[in-house]
Amino acid sequence: MLSKFFYHYASPQHFYPLAGRLWPWFALGAAGLGLWGLWLGFFVAPTDFQQGEGYRIIFVHVPVSWMSMIIYLAMAFWALLGLTLNTRLSGMMCRALAPTGAICAFLSLWTGALWGKPMWGTWWVWDARLTSELILFFLYLGYIALTNAIEDPRRADKAGGILALVGALNVPVIYFSVKWWNTLHQGASVSLSRGSSMEQTMLTAMLVMALAFWLYTIAMALYRVRGIILHRERDAKWVRTLPDVAMVTNGGTK
Amino acid sequence: MSGFTAVVKRDVTLAMRRKTEVITAIFFFVVVAALFPLGIGPEMTTLRLVAPGILWVGALLASMLSLGRLFAADYADGTLEQMALAPTGLTVLVAAKVVAHWLLSGLPLVVLAPVLGMQFNLPADALWILTLSLLIGTPVLSLIGAIGAALTLGVRGGDVLIALLVLPLYVPTLIFGAGAVQAEISGLGASAHLSILMAMALIAAVLSPWASAAALRLALES
Amino acid sequence: MLHISNLGCHKGDRLLFSDVSFELKPGEWLHLQGDNGSGKTSLLRLVSGLAAHSIGHITWNGPPPDAEPTPPSRADMRAHVVYMGHQLALKDDLSAFENLQTHAQINAQTIDDSQAMDALAQLGLRGREHLAVKVLSQGQKRRAALARLLVSPAPLWLLDEPFVALDTKACDRLTHLINQHIDRGGMVLLTSHQAVTFTGQGHAYRLAA
Repeated sequence: MLSKFFYHYASPQHFYPLAGRLWPWFALGAAGLGLWGLWLGFFVAPTDFQQGEGYRIIFVHVPVSWMSMIIYLAMAFWALLGLTLNTRLSGMMCRALAPTGAICAFLSLWTGALWGKPMWGTWWVWDARLTSELILFFLYLGYIALTNAIEDPRRADKAGGILALVGALNVPVIYFSVKWWNTLHQGASVSLSRGSSMEQTMLTAMLVMALAFWLYTIAMALYRVRGIILHRERDAKWVRTLPDVAMVTNGGTK
Repeated sequence: MSGFTAVVKRDVTLAMRRKTEVITAIFFFVVVAALFPLGIGPEMTTLRLVAPGILWVGALLASMLSLGRLFAADYADGTLEQMALAPTGLTVLVAAKVVAHWLLSGLPLVVLAPVLGMQFNLPADALWILTLSLLIGTPVLSLIGAIGAALTLGVRGGDVLIALLVLPLYVPTLIFGAGAVQAEISGLGASAHLSILMAMALIAAVLSPWASAAALRLALES
Repeated sequence: MLHISNLGCHKGDRLLFSDVSFELKPGEWLHLQGDNGSGKTSLLRLVSGLAAHSIGHITWNGPPPDAEPTPPSRADMRAHVVYMGHQLALKDDLSAFENLQTHAQINAQTIDDSQAMDALAQLGLRGREHLAVKVLSQGQKRRAALARLLVSPAPLWLLDEPFVALDTKACDRLTHLINQHIDRGGMVLLTSHQAVTFTGQGHAYRLAA
């Protein structure tokens, strides 16, 4: 029963309308939760004992950092599925997630720098997590560059899949080695002071923001995969008879 | 003679008849090691501090330079196809090519490193650890690099793309390799670093040829 | 016996060919015909196992599922074939003899020096076995590559345009070698823009573009 469900929606033709129905809801949820989370973080949560108001950037920084890592894991999951089961949609989902992952990594770097500036006086510190985030950002860029450079879409998907899996295996190694490197050299660290325990409102705000970004990611991935499906399947009959597409092509030939 | 040995012998013979591959890597390494003091200044204490990092980055880049050529020639003349069809299995033959790549682009660096290290006023035990770390680390660089070379085979802008793909994956090797020398200099002992490098080398030796072979088959399918 | 049923092939986004079915028994040969771009090379690569096929079946001992409950893996297919594609797969800096020896070793075939020299002689390269391939003419290079066929035990020869760049004498030599292979019970599947005739039972199959 369940396998029939998956088998049905594994076809791009059937997934396309499903994604079309779902993504607005995720976008709405993301917007709602985001507004609530920002309100909690910037107005309700108390001032930090040591870092004052500037610490509030963590309500964006921490969720976005989590997402950058979760998205990479999700990409590795779709990559594994695509390589073992040879399904087209898995490769497309992996590709659809990558830009959002890269943006999250990029935002994480910027918000991390903004957080560190008041503490360290410089725009960049070689904090273990920030450095790992930088390397993760390069991993995303590498994936996007590779899949864009290969012309054959099937080869691009599979090659990207191999790269995503190799990267996913390496991410813990990279994180561990950078942490070692940072502590050995007693490097800078960007984090909440050890004295302050996490206030309940702070935690709630962070979780709400994390959920908001999660829903945003799903919405963006679903939206983007629809575009990818249309492009890849453009020669198929079901695409040409879609109301939006038929209108455009008929309008063009008039 | 097994297929593995045949490929190693063939690649080394071919490189010996052309010689450019070996010379490029050595030349680059030497130039990097000579340029940095010119850029940093001749202060011996500073140079001793930065030496492990510079020499390791130099070896890393020199090893990376020759990755583009790892599979390209065989792909262009059809030998790679024949290797994919051989009963020995592409994974084993890829491992052989990586061994040959290391012999030609990695081993010369290991031999040169103590000589260049003396230019940076490294003490004798640090020189020894430098050589050892490169001996264990450069095969890891060849193995990881092979995956990048296989994924970008026949792709436009391949060389730059290899660098982008492979450099993030090189970071742990660099950290523990250079870290080993720094640990030795500071008196902490390099055994932990070297053990981790050894573990990385073993894991890479098992996983990399398999992943590279999968990527090569993708390239051959299209 | 090679059995192909309902084979289809995609190249990029378009379907190159579909519903290709034929059989090839020992002692038979098949001339694959079709216009440029109709997928002849792709078909050969599918049969050799270089490319994976997602539509249709390629089996070795009869139509599925009677003869083989599970279809042969690509690795199994590779054991049965020797493939000569458009590219010669020769290293320019090695001699014809070294190329042949290396190829045999990679394919886990032990041939001694005299066998290698003999194979090259049968293709008219006596006296040129130890010259670097880069100094040979195009026809001589192709003959050096074809020597692989003589040292391989594989029953199925997949030849993509084997007569290209060969003069009449060399063409006759190659035809003779193919005939010998067919007489021994081997199979040949080839593409060629020329008309070809060999001993044994011959077939032709045309791929529609």
